Amino acid sequence: MSLRRPAKDQPESFKFNASSLEAANVIVAKYPEGKQQSAVMALLYIAQKQNNNWIPLAAMKYIAKFLDMPYIKVYEVATFYTMYNLAPVGKYFVQVCTTTPCMIRGANQLVEACKEKISENEFQLSDDKSCSWTEVECLGACVNAPMMQINDDYYEDLNKQKTLDILDKILNGETPKPGSYRGRVNNEPENNRKTLVDLKNA
Amino acid sequence: MLKLKVNEIEVEVEEGLTVLQACEKAGVEIPRFCYHEKLSIAGNCRMCLVEMEKSPKPIASCAMPAAEGMNIKTNTALVEKARKGVMEFLLANHPLDCPVCDQGGECDLQDQSMYYGVDKSRFKENKRSVPEKNMGPLIKTQMTRCIHCTRCVRFATEVAGVPELGAIGRGEDMQITTYLEQSMQSELSANVVDLCPVGALTSKPYVFEARPWELKKTETIDVMDAIGSNVRVDTYDWEVKRVLPIINEDINEEWISDKTRYACDGLLHQRLDTPFIKYNGKFEKASWDEVYKIIKSKFENTSKEKICGFVGDLSNMETGYIFKEFLDRTIDTKNYDSRSDNRFINTSKRENYLFNSSINGIEEADLILLVGANPRYEATILNARIRKAYLNNNTKIISLNDVDDLTYPYKSLDGKTQTLNNILEGTHEISKEIINSKKPLIIIGESLLRLESSEFLFNKTKEFLLKNNKISDEWNSLNVLSTDAATVGSIDLGIINNENNLFSDLKEHKFDIVYLLGQDNLEFDKKDEFIIYQGSHGDKGAESADIILPGAAYTEQDGYFTNLEGKIQKAYKASYPPGEAKEDWQIINELAEFMNNRKLFNDKDELDSSMFNYLNLQKEKQVKDQKNFPKEFQNENLIIKVKDYYFSNVIARSSKTMVDCNNSKLNLKSTGTEG
Amino acid sequence: MLKDQDRIFQNLYNDKGSDVASSKERGDWVNTKEITDKGRDWIINEIKESQLRGRGGAGFPTGLKWSFAPKEVGSRPHYLVINGDESEPGTCKDRDILRFEPHKLIEGCLITSYAVQAHVCYIYIRGEYFVDGQKLQAAIDEAYEKKLLGKNAAGTGWDLDIYIHYGAGAYICGEETALLESIEGKKGQPRLKPPFPALIGLYGCPTIINNVETIAVVPTILRRGGKWFASLGREKNTGTKIFCISGNVNTPCNVEEEMNIPLKELIEVHAGGVIGGWDNLQAVIPGGSSMPLIPKEKCETLTMDFDSLMAEKSGLGTAGIVVINKDQDIIKCMARIARFYKHESCGQCTPCREGSGWMWRMLERMAKGDATKDEVDMLGDVTNQIAGHTICAFGEGSSWPVQGLLRHFKKEIEKRNNLDPIVQKKNNIPYLVDQHLLDKKNA
Ligand SMILES: Cc1cc2nc3c(=O)[nH]c(=O)nc-3n(C[C@H](O)[C@H](O)[C@H](O)COP(=O)(O)O)c2cc1C
Ligand code: SF4
Ligand code: FES
Repeated sequence: MSLRRPAKDQPESFKFNASSLEAANVIVAKYPEGKQQSAVMALLYIAQKQNNNWIPLAAMKYIAKFLDMPYIKVYEVATFYTMYNLAPVGKYFVQVCTTTPCMIRGANQLVEACKEKISENEFQLSDDKSCSWTEVECLGACVNAPMMQINDDYYEDLNKQKTLDILDKILNGETPKPGSYRGRVNNEPENNRKTLVDLKNA
Repeated sequence: MLKLKVNEIEVEVEEGLTVLQACEKAGVEIPRFCYHEKLSIAGNCRMCLVEMEKSPKPIASCAMPAAEGMNIKTNTALVEKARKGVMEFLLANHPLDCPVCDQGGECDLQDQSMYYGVDKSRFKENKRSVPEKNMGPLIKTQMTRCIHCTRCVRFATEVAGVPELGAIGRGEDMQITTYLEQSMQSELSANVVDLCPVGALTSKPYVFEARPWELKKTETIDVMDAIGSNVRVDTYDWEVKRVLPIINEDINEEWISDKTRYACDGLLHQRLDTPFIKYNGKFEKASWDEVYKIIKSKFENTSKEKICGFVGDLSNMETGYIFKEFLDRTIDTKNYDSRSDNRFINTSKRENYLFNSSINGIEEADLILLVGANPRYEATILNARIRKAYLNNNTKIISLNDVDDLTYPYKSLDGKTQTLNNILEGTHEISKEIINSKKPLIIIGESLLRLESSEFLFNKTKEFLLKNNKISDEWNSLNVLSTDAATVGSIDLGIINNENNLFSDLKEHKFDIVYLLGQDNLEFDKKDEFIIYQGSHGDKGAESADIILPGAAYTEQDGYFTNLEGKIQKAYKASYPPGEAKEDWQIINELAEFMNNRKLFNDKDELDSSMFNYLNLQKEKQVKDQKNFPKEFQNENLIIKVKDYYFSNVIARSSKTMVDCNNSKLNLKSTGTEG
Repeated sequence: MLKDQDRIFQNLYNDKGSDVASSKERGDWVNTKEITDKGRDWIINEIKESQLRGRGGAGFPTGLKWSFAPKEVGSRPHYLVINGDESEPGTCKDRDILRFEPHKLIEGCLITSYAVQAHVCYIYIRGEYFVDGQKLQAAIDEAYEKKLLGKNAAGTGWDLDIYIHYGAGAYICGEETALLESIEGKKGQPRLKPPFPALIGLYGCPTIINNVETIAVVPTILRRGGKWFASLGREKNTGTKIFCISGNVNTPCNVEEEMNIPLKELIEVHAGGVIGGWDNLQAVIPGGSSMPLIPKEKCETLTMDFDSLMAEKSGLGTAGIVVINKDQDIIKCMARIARFYKHESCGQCTPCREGSGWMWRMLERMAKGDATKDEVDMLGDVTNQIAGHTICAFGEGSSWPVQGLLRHFKKEIEKRNNLDPIVQKKNNIPYLVDQHLLDKKNA
């Protein structure tokens, strides 16, 4: 990872819409009085959601004022955490886990699929601008490797063909069903369950 | 007290100190980069690792509180290895460009790598390169050299109170920057140049000017405000190349304001380097003899009531004193003053015009009330102390006026004198708070002293404090915030005329000769007056003059200044006046000789001892306060008139760097990126 | 194999629902008040008796940790913080608790909060687990509705509010003090210790931080008794544990098993064996990516608990087992882990910031065979300069896997990288020409 930079083209201004504002106020209320700065991470998410999956600089400024904190502190947070997109990523943002547990089960095939379907390079928008992809570090679904995340959802137990199918769907504007693509139930050993069998059959 | 052992040496340290400090006490030097006494502890460079008994890993001594019975070792193989390791990491991505780095010769990294480094690098990967950042006209960046000690970030956040610096990104991609690379807005910003242990942040105006070992260093004091910051002036031949802070815990700790540091290029511009005479509206060069002759005949042909003299904001005390002597003895008039307007100063007791609780004392204050002052611009260093008090003790701060961002939160009132009067009468809620505070501080700014009812309010303030036991030998809550270096010294020397209002006389053109000694701030329309200007810079005063006597700046002559707390300090000659210009006291002495065939003083020593004699006599002569309230109270709106920060005196006004600073602030405002 | 009735997480595979009703059927929430009525000291003692050790990686005794919380609540409130950052490669157990057994966690939070006198509990969940976090949020909402949370939660007389705080993609926020910074709305950079969070933690207040799994097992322990828990596994390594078995196995899975279970049993029985058969096994990472790998020879007899893995110079960590078979290039596998650490270093302290990238770059070259002979030892040197010299344990986490590789696969690396340091013309790789040595030689 090199330092992520804010997009060149930036909107002039940013404001929470009514539902974002409501959500933001709920979040701020979770923290003790005077500690509203704690809400900065959640508010950045809200801004990202409202603004097509990325956070413009104007939003950081808006949030800084909203929480009464220096701009630079919001900027630090936004650049430290990798889930904040500082430039447009498309409506569907595909994140392929390529850390060792996924890697040894063929994560590279998923990357290939992304390159074929979406774009040659990470963070490059697809031709229709609806979609981009990146490699990410362990997503915490190692027993379902290889896997990827599209927006909030996990797609697990993949291979190249299945990935291509999923990508086709999103490029068509559909949202494919998340979960295992081998039809296994959650994290149980596929067709090899030795525990809690009574429960399963009950 | 805690007892511990460092390399088998027993030391005793106070509770609350760190292992690093304990080691120092034992005479053991600990290498460090991130640790700085005046900043919070970051413990991130890992250079200060030492071995502690019972700890399997070495510990960061800067961050570990000293504890009873600790056994610390700093000379073991483990420690040596750890230090070498950290050094190797620091150098791994650090460019080896010392020959072209301005920090060279005074670089912590360079020095320490001589001790702990290895002679060759094992790091074979490509070195990281980090783009430069814009931080404004004062700070040049070379971020590839940054070792991420975060001293600069901590300084901006903690001391300056303007959190504009941060470390963005993470891991090896972490970069120090200002928000969107705006220039820094703090008036203390350039202290980060001193703090940066490597050459990542260096001085932009001083870039490639000189190597440290080529410079002559003179320890002296600053005159950009009434603080009297202790500084070191580095000169190369005649030119002042840079001004750096030196530590004085009672005054400036180890910081100086940007103006103190960077107005020094103003010493090179707009200088008066030869006497001038105005003929038909145009200045022409003249010799000293010529100008003295003209002045002599003018004085001789004018009655003494029609002669007056004004001392300016940067004049040292010797100059002020000999000027006063000249007017007293040679001319025989009391028409002299060191103010630039008729602001109220009660000279009956010294405490009436001093910052009595002292700069250091601010840290003990439990409540601060500002009336008519904007300390951020009037006394930047003092403002940093107020911020420190706020940070350390959560001191409550109230200002009668809303004066915008002071770098700490404060409560602002409506700016009406009525409100202040209510407070002093005890009918305002704040009166109680002041009365109930142990060590409250009322800071009276010069703006208050310019009000119609200034005398009334000042005396009333004092009465209020006396009545409530806030003025005693232990603690004096009464504080006047002077803004100029010469103010307190001149008042001490009695260069003030409270009998007549010279300023209205001047405006009404009652004088025929006006002698301006470095005084550029008088407001009056010249008519037929003959004006003599003596000073260092061609500024407002010189423009209006008929005769110009070129004097010296504060770096070019020895001279005493008394700071706002009443501390007398000496500024030392670091350079010499340009061209024909002379030291100021000398000019007046010569003029007196020219007129009377007799010098006022045989030499500088005689002048000095006469002056100190006078000061001592004054001290004994302190009179009782008058208790009367001559002018009645009026309800007024207190308006705080702050001089343009970057252009507050002739030196600053001649400085290109100050113009750049000013423009960068204006820019930020006009582009709106700030709001 | 552990008997089914001794499994704490009956709903690990979500055979039943995760709502309050079905959780109650599994025994959650049935007599919470009876537990708290026995008092703080009893609870903490029972947990001490159970010898429960933290499931977040460090294995610190949980009962002991709780006893560090001040006995009296002073002017500063106490906080309980649950660590659900779960970002250690190879680990995905907390996720299942969040989505399938949320009430075990919530009830655990209530009891623990009572024990350490906290009225507010924050659950920190990695941002990527947003969907699972929403499931937990639904469970929390239901708990509020059923008066299991809030004022007089579950009739215990104790008031408790639980809030979720999402991370945003930073492994380091799993480190407990970085996590606190993150909750405070800052970058996740670990704090210096001392002071420890139990005294000065979240917002400067006393704070107890535990892993999701640690807290989720608490109610069951208290119901069935510390003795019962201590009877499973072995001394100091007691109870059950969720193991995540990933990598080159036939049926990767999560499974709750007894501590001290043989590694081979986990792989063969639950995970369906190594792909290509046991003999195709190359090495196993036993406890998440930070733990040094174990070569095949030792896997034969290895049992999985804190102390036996420590004896092998590795550790149980999070019990995320990554099985690597012989089809994999072990150097590449470790280089990828090094890349993970380079990516996740917070950048605060020198050795980690500069060292993690250095290790990764060297390993990448070693995987390609582009390194010189002497660099193998130098890599070891670099790991030693990182481990133990950093602010937080990330320094160890990033250097141990490399040390593990060097310990067991040094020959492999040396075979591939036998270039002479003083290469003159053999290869057109500029960084191999050590100018310094060349100069000396020519001089
Ligand atoms: C770099 C690093 C990452 C960590 N990540 C996690 C994590 O994701 N989840 C977790 O529970 N503990 C993690 N820990 C351990 C925590 O610091 C802490 O020990 C743990 O949350 C304490 O809970 P426990 O006693 O219940 O295990 C991590 C530690 C380090 C040094
Ligand atoms: S060891 Fe790494 S992660 Fe931990 S504080 Fe230092 S830089 Fe940050
Ligand atoms: S001086 Fe102690 S870690 Fe930097």
